[in-house]
Amino acid sequence: MSFNYLVFVKQVPDTKNVTGQAMKPDGTVNRAALPAIFNPEDLNALELAIQLKERFGGEVTVATMGPPAAAEVLRQALYRGADKVALITDRAFAGADTLATSYTLSCFAKNTTKFDLILCGRQAIDGDTAQVGPQLAEKLDLPQICYVEEVLALDKKKIRARRAIDGGFETVECPLPLMLSVIDSNEPRPPSVKRMMKYKKAKTRAELAAKRSSYTDAEELARQEQEYRAKGLWIEEFSAADAKADPERIGLKGSPTKVKNIESVVLKASEMKKVEASEAGIRSLVGELIKEHILG
Amino acid sequence: MTSKIGNVWVFAEQEGGKIASVSLELVSKGRELAATLGVKTEAVLLGNNIEKSTATLFHYGCSKVYLAESPDLEPFTVLPFADTIIKLAKQHRPNILLFGATPKGRELAPRVASALLAGLTADCTNLRIDDFDDKINGKSYKNKLMQIRPAFGGNIIATIVNTWEDPQMVTVRPGVMRLGEPDASRKGEIEKVKVEIPAHLKVLKVLDKVQKEKSVDLLSSQIVVAGGYGVGSKENFRLVYDLARTIGADVGASRAAVDAGWIDHDHQVGQTGVTVRPKLYIACGISGSIQHRAGMAESGIIVAVNSDPGAPIFSVAHYGIVGDLNDVIPKMIKAYKTKG
Ligand SMILES: Cc1cc2nc3c(=O)[nH]c(=O)nc-3n(C[C@H](O)[C@H](O)[C@H](O)COP(=O)(O)OP(=O)(O)OC[C@H]3O[C@@H](n4cnc5c(N)ncnc54)[C@H](O)[C@@H]3O)c2cc1C
Repeated sequence: MSFNYLVFVKQVPDTKNVTGQAMKPDGTVNRAALPAIFNPEDLNALELAIQLKERFGGEVTVATMGPPAAAEVLRQALYRGADKVALITDRAFAGADTLATSYTLSCFAKNTTKFDLILCGRQAIDGDTAQVGPQLAEKLDLPQICYVEEVLALDKKKIRARRAIDGGFETVECPLPLMLSVIDSNEPRPPSVKRMMKYKKAKTRAELAAKRSSYTDAEELARQEQEYRAKGLWIEEFSAADAKADPERIGLKGSPTKVKNIESVVLKASEMKKVEASEAGIRSLVGELIKEHILG
Repeated sequence: MTSKIGNVWVFAEQEGGKIASVSLELVSKGRELAATLGVKTEAVLLGNNIEKSTATLFHYGCSKVYLAESPDLEPFTVLPFADTIIKLAKQHRPNILLFGATPKGRELAPRVASALLAGLTADCTNLRIDDFDDKINGKSYKNKLMQIRPAFGGNIIATIVNTWEDPQMVTVRPGVMRLGEPDASRKGEIEKVKVEIPAHLKVLKVLDKVQKEKSVDLLSSQIVVAGGYGVGSKENFRLVYDLARTIGADVGASRAAVDAGWIDHDHQVGQTGVTVRPKLYIACGISGSIQHRAGMAESGIIVAVNSDPGAPIFSVAHYGIVGDLNDVIPKMIKAYKTKG
C-alpha cells in the first residue's frame, strides 16, 4: 500500500507577538516587522501526514502559496520529513481572499499532482477563517473530514478517523480521495538535525539567482539547477500558468471580498479606577458594585 | 439595479431539535438588517423530524422557515447539508446568508460559499448596511452588508464587503450578537423543501458519536470569575471557585490555565473559547492577551486582579487591583459576606 499525501501549509506573521512597532500609523499591520512562522496547525497537518506515511507508506508532498520568502516554510517541512515540496508563487496571486486562494490551490492539486489525501491545518493564525480547507475540497469535489484528531485506519478505499465536534468527538468513515483539516492534537516533531544539515541548502530558482550575481548567464543557472535537482535540493516554483489557473479567478480579481477600511484597535486607557489591595479598598469596591446592582 | 433584492437568511443550526442559541442571535440581528433593507428574515432548518423547532424561529422573528427533513440530514454530515442549502440559495437568491461560527457552521459555510462563488467573511463581530465606494475599481454599491471583524489576532478591525453577486455570506461567533426578545404570539410560514441527496454526497458515515453536556455554559452567565496562569495550580483554583460561589458567578479561565490542565476547556474565554458578555467579569491572574480580551472585552464591568501593574488586562479593566490574588480573593469574599 502506498498513498500520496498532499499537505498545504502557510507562512504567517506571528500574530501572537504583535507589538506597537508592527502597527503603521495608518492602522495597518506592517508585516515586515513581524517574524514569519510556520502556521501552527499546519505543523499538526504535516505531522499527521508523516505519521501516516510511517504507518501506511507513501510520499508526503508539501505545498504553499505565497511570496518567494515562503520557501522558508518548505525548508522547514523538509527538515521534518517531507519528501517533495512546491512553492506556488506569482505576483498575480496578490490580494487573494479565501475563494481565490482555494481556487489556486485546487488548480495546483488537480493539474500538477497526484493525491489520495489532502491535509490542511484547520486555520491560519493571521485570519483564523478555517475556510480554505473546505473551499478547496468543494472545488475539487472531494468529501472532507474537518477537525481531525486522529486517523484510526486507512486502506486503499477508505479512511476511518476521529474528529472533534462541539463538546465531544465523532468517529467517521469516508472513501478516498478526501480532504482532512487537522487540529492541534498531535505533537509536531522538531526538525531533524541530519535533514537540516542537508536541506538548509535547498533553493528555489529565484533564491539561486539572487545568491550569486555572477549567475546572470542562463546556461550557468541551468547547470546549477541540474546540480541542485540531482541532490534533491531543488524547490520547484509554480506560477499561475504552471498551475493552469484562470487569470480571472486568482488574486484580487478572483476575490469577491474587498476590504473597505481598517482600523487599529485602540485600547481605551486610563478609564480604569485603581483599587487599593487593602481590606478597606476592596470593601469599598464590593460596596460600589452592590450599590450599582452589579452584584446582588 | 432594478431587480428586487433577496431576503436575509439564517442557517438555523439544531442538535436533537434544539435550535442553537447563536442561530437565534443571528435571527435577532437578521431582523435589524432586513428592516433596513425592507426585506424579510427567513431561516433554513435542516434535519429529520424537527418541524416543532420552527416555532422558536418564528418567536424570534423569522417570517418563513424553509424546512428540509430527511433521514439523510440526521446526523449532521457536511455534504448533504451543503447540497441542500446550495440548491435553496440558487433557487431563492437570498441577499444575505448568516451562519453561526460553530464547528458545524465553520465547515459548512465555506463549502456553500465556494459552490455559489460568494465571498465569505468569518467571525464577524458587527454587521450593518451601508454604501460602498470601491475607489480602486471605480464602482459604487448601494446597501451592502458591512462585515466587520477583527484580524491579525485582534490587532486590527477590518470592514469587508462582498462585491460579487449575492448572497453576502458571513459567520458570527456565539455570544457576539445580542439575543432579541422572543414573542410567543409571532407566527410564520413553513415551506417544506424536497430533499434529494445524490448518492455520491452520502459517502461519509458517522460510526460513533460521543458528546457530553458542557460542564458550564458561560454564554448565559451574568457574572464570571475567571482564573489564569497566575492562579498557580489546580488546587489553588479552589480560591476562584470559592469567590464564584460566594457571589453567584460562573467560573471562566484563560487558555494558559486550561492548557495547564487546571480546568476544562468548556471554561475557556477568548478567541478559541467562548465570547462572554456578562454584567461583571473578574479576571484573576490573567495577563490579558489579545486572544483573551477578544472573548471578554464587551463585559459590562471588568475587574482585574494582577500582581503586575503593567499587565495589559488593566487597559480593558474598569477597576484594577494590583496585588496577589491569594491575598485579594479572600478579602473579596470577606467583604461580600460582611456587606451591608
Ligand atoms: C491562536 C491563538 C488562540 C488563543 N486563544 C486564546 C483564548 O481563547 N483564550 C485565552 O485566554 N488565550 C488564548 N490564547 C493564548 C494567549 O495568547 C495567552 O497565552 C493566554 O491568554 C495567557 O493566559 P494567562 O493570562 O492566564 O497567562 P499569562 O500570560 O502567563 O499571565 C499570567 C498573569 O498572572 C499574573 N500573576 C501571576 N501570579 C499572580 C498572583 N499571585 N496574583 C495575581 N496575579 C498573578 C501575572 O502577572 C500575569 O499577568 C491564544 C493564543 C493563540 C496563539
